[in-house]
This record gives sequence, structure tokens and C-alpha cells, in this order.
Amino acid sequence: MLDGRGAIRRRAGARLWLSGGWLLLLVTVALFAPLVAPQDPLAQDLMSGRLPPFWSAQAEPGFWLGTDSLGRDVLSRVIWGARVALTVACIAGPLTALIGGALGLIAGFYRGWADRIISRLVDIWMAFPPVLFSILLIAVLGTGLTSIILAIVVIDWTRFARVVRAEAMNQGAMDYVAAAQVAGFSRLRTMTAEILPNVLPTLVALLSLEMGIAVIVEAILSFVNLSLSTDAPTWGGMIAEGRTSIHQAWWVLAFPLVALFLTVLSFSQFGEGLKDRFDPVLR
Amino acid sequence: MLFLQRLLWRLATTAVTLFGVAVIVFTVVRVVPGNPIAMMLPPGATDADVARLKALYGLDRSIPQQFLIWGWGVLHGDFGTSISLRQPVLGLVLGRLPATLELATMALVMAVLMGGAAALTATRHRGTRVEAGIDVTNGVALSIPDFLWGLLLIIIFGVLMPVFDISGRVSPDLKLPFTTQFYLVESILRLRFDITADLLGHMFMPALALAIPLAAIIGQVLKQSLKETMELDYVTLARTKGYGETRVILREALRNAILPTLTLVGVQFTFLIGGTVIVERLFSYEGLGNMAIDAVINRDLPLIQGIVLCFALIFTGVNLVVDLTYAALNPRLRHA
Repeated sequence: MLDGRGAIRRRAGARLWLSGGWLLLLVTVALFAPLVAPQDPLAQDLMSGRLPPFWSAQAEPGFWLGTDSLGRDVLSRVIWGARVALTVACIAGPLTALIGGALGLIAGFYRGWADRIISRLVDIWMAFPPVLFSILLIAVLGTGLTSIILAIVVIDWTRFARVVRAEAMNQGAMDYVAAAQVAGFSRLRTMTAEILPNVLPTLVALLSLEMGIAVIVEAILSFVNLSLSTDAPTWGGMIAEGRTSIHQAWWVLAFPLVALFLTVLSFSQFGEGLKDRFDPVLR
Repeated sequence: MLFLQRLLWRLATTAVTLFGVAVIVFTVVRVVPGNPIAMMLPPGATDADVARLKALYGLDRSIPQQFLIWGWGVLHGDFGTSISLRQPVLGLVLGRLPATLELATMALVMAVLMGGAAALTATRHRGTRVEAGIDVTNGVALSIPDFLWGLLLIIIFGVLMPVFDISGRVSPDLKLPFTTQFYLVESILRLRFDITADLLGHMFMPALALAIPLAAIIGQVLKQSLKETMELDYVTLARTKGYGETRVILREALRNAILPTLTLVGVQFTFLIGGTVIVERLFSYEGLGNMAIDAVINRDLPLIQGIVLCFALIFTGVNLVVDLTYAALNPRLRHA
């Protein structure tokens, strides 16, 4: 008979493999986009606009997932869109974790005035509607990949700061921290060598989640037409275009949406799976 | 006494938070490139015209000066005039706010019903495939944000089974005999159920998109809380009295399991309200969030400030109420 822990570990295993598999596939496809994509993602052909996907009778060979209203290949645009999505995720995620995590660690471990300032800032940040905040920041910073990444870091650091602060406060109250202090560890060394490793599993799970959120934010900004140029292949941009022609060509919306859905789900499940696997209590 | 202290302290921190929001949004919108004045004037306007218009909107002064003038006005209920719509900001915000509040409230009700049903069903069928299925569904529902649920619903109910309207708040051909902007409430009060039905048809999908992630959180937390309660002695006692399992859950366990869920719902509700911005955009629902995105695109500084401040007021207000309710209900905090 399986005990509860065994069941959880088995489920975590399946989760890790499935989500990790999709992310690996996506990374590979994004890296080799020029080789994998069957068509030029920017090539327009008004004569073959809104071609349906391959299983339909009107489909044309070479355009597996159909074309949009300008005759651009949907599959190729989804593949190139993965590049943008993953670039944003892989830069914005770790950067947000680094800044938010550091601030949370300082606030939670040192307490005092540092905590007061950081917590007040978090309160102010939480009073902004995040989507509106990001759109506002893009209006200030201008469109482009760097602006998107910067906007995500500026908005989402609070997510890490809050969780890591709470965790650091919990850890700071434990005996091993007092022991480290007695053993003559400096405050800084206690924080980095004792607290940080114990906060790490939470931080990693949160990072994976944040990478999924970064993908969503990029899609939302492209959706309201504030990300890259309108021509560039992004999932959000494709979704925005598909939304307007949904009754004529549902596939323009559906395929980037499926890619987005699986990616966001995989990032969050991957993080949860990692956390379960590395959680010392469960192990 | 202690409660009063807490109340005053929380009011003070809320005021600081709102002030911080005001400073940040005021500064941020003023470094926005793109001149709103230039967008208002017809081509061929002279420099003198530009200067006159700038003076009219107070944009010729320094940023701290502008902030003081604006802040003074806000404290007196004057939020300035929208540059793109040329109407007072307060009126515009109050005109759109009811639509957003109705949507958010509807979403909250749906989330509580769905999450509650999921938690109760999972508890009733503990340890079976039903519980495992609900857990997996909750996990997926939680991982996917409202924006994606909205798109998914558009495909399912807008295209495959076109039963609901996918854009707007109300059918444009309907004549609305209303005096307030609370269409849904007013249509019910005036017994115009044809309009109520139309409003609900428009509201269903955006509200559901907002509700799904929150429903998942409610489902998880309430289930966990029920699980702990179900192991308490008084529940076992109720069972030995011969009460059925369903009755034990509903009449005995639920009452004590519900408090942690309630406080959580309060905090998560602010996230839901934040989600209305993009969901309203997605469904072309004429609420505050949709207007906010237009305001940013049009560089309408006074309107952006007004809307952000309105959202901040709602967020901090909800948090304040939740915090104080929790303090009032939790005996440990009351006597601490």
C-alpha cells in the first residue's frame, strides 16, 4: 500500500516529466526556430489569407496550422513567438527573483527600519492594479523587449519579497540560526549561508511560476499592442489579431492560445514539482 | 481599546499607501513621452496655442507644483479634466465604476459558489477518485490566469457554442430606462428582466474568467480547513449521534472551517478586481479597466491618475475591511 508521501512523490514525478518535457520541446524549437519553422513568419501572401489547418479540405500543404488574414503561416509565427516568450521568461524571471528575493531576505532577517521601508513599498505596489501598472510603464519606457522585461521586474519583485520575507522570518526564529550566531557567524554570513539555503526551495518554485507569469505579461502587452512592433510574431499579437477575426478564422486565435496555455501551466507545475521533490520534509 | 488602536494604525498606513500611489502615478505619467497637448490640437496650431492649452491643464508648471495643485483638488473632490474626453475625471470614473463593481461582484459570487461546491464535494468523497479529480482540476485552474481563461471561454462559448455575447456590457439596440450606472441592480429593481437577462448574458463569460482562479483557491483552502475540522472530536461526536456524512459536513464542520477561507477571499478579491482591467478589454466590457487602457494609449494624464487612484482606493479599502474583520473575529488578536 502506498503511503501519502509516496503518492505525492509519484504525482510530482509525473508532473515534472510532463511539464519539463513541454518546456524542453519549446526551448529546442525556439533555439532552432529558423530551421524548424516551415515558412518565413513575416512573409505575407494576401492571396492565401485565412487558410484553414491541415485537416481541412481547403488547407494547402506547407501551412500546417493555416494562415492569418495577411496570409502569414500560423505555425511559423507560433514557433518564432516562442522565442520572444522564452527570452522574456528567462531574463525577467531570474532578475525579478534576484531583486525581490534579496529585498525580502533583508527585510525578513534584519527586520527594523529596512523591513519597515521594504514592507511599506510592497504595500504601495500591491495597491496598483498590475496590468494597468505594466501598461503604464510600457507607455513610459517605450515598446520593445527591454521595456517589457524592465516592467515585469519593476512590478513583480513584490511577489518574491513578500514570500521570502515571511520565510526568512520563520527561519530566523529557529534554533539553528541562534546556534550560528553563537558560533560566531556574522549577520551577513548567517543570512547567506544559513537562511538562504533553506529559503531556496520556495524561491525556485516561485521563480518557475514567475517565468510563466512573465510569458503572460508579455502576451497581455502584445495583446494591447504595446510589446514589439505589430508585425513581429508574438503569441499575444497573434491572439489580438485572432480575436478580431474569430468568426472567420478561429485557428489564428486557438493555436497561439494553446501554446500559451501549455507553457504557463508547465512553468507553474514544474515549479510545484521541483518544490515537492526538494522539500526536505516530504523527502 | 486594542481594536481601536489597530484601526487607527491601519487607517494611517492606508493613508501613507494611498499617498505613495498618488506620488508614483503622478510622477510616472509625467515622464511619459508623447505630448498629450500635441495630440489635441489640429495640425498647424501655433506655439502660442500650445502654450495656452498647456497653461489650461496646468502642464506649464514644475512637477511638484502640479502635484500640489492636483492633490489640493483631489482632497476637494476635483480630479481634474480628462484631456481626451474633455469631461471631469470624477464623473467619468464614477460613470464606469458601477460596471466594474457589478462584474467583480458577480465574479466573486461565482467563485464562492464554485469553490465552495468543489471543497464540499471533495470532502464528502474523501480519498476517492472524485477528490483526486477535484485536486487536479483545482491545480490547473489555479495555474492559468484570468486572461487565458477569458480567451478559452471566447473560443468555447463564443465560437463552438455561440450562446453568450462575447463583447460589450449590454446589447446596443436595447433602450435603457435607467438613472444610475448600476444596470444589473436597477434592471432587477425595475422588474425589467429582459434587460437583466441580456446583461447577464454579456457578463457571464468575463465574470467566469475572473472567477475560475479564485474558485480554485477557495476550493483548496476550504477543503484543507474542512479536513482539519473533520478530525476534531465534536465532529466525531456528531457522527456517533448517527447524523449522515453530508449533514455532518454542512451543519457541523463547515461553520468552523469557514473563517480562514473568508479572510483569504477578501485578499484575493483585490487580485480579482485588478484582473478586470485586461478581462474587460478582452470582452470590450465598458468598465473602468477598459477606459484605463484607452487613457494610457491616449496619454490622458488626469484620467490615468484618477483611475489608478480609484483602484488603489478600492484595494486598500478591501484590505482594511478584511484586516479589521479578522481582528474583530479572531479572539487571539482581540485580547493580544
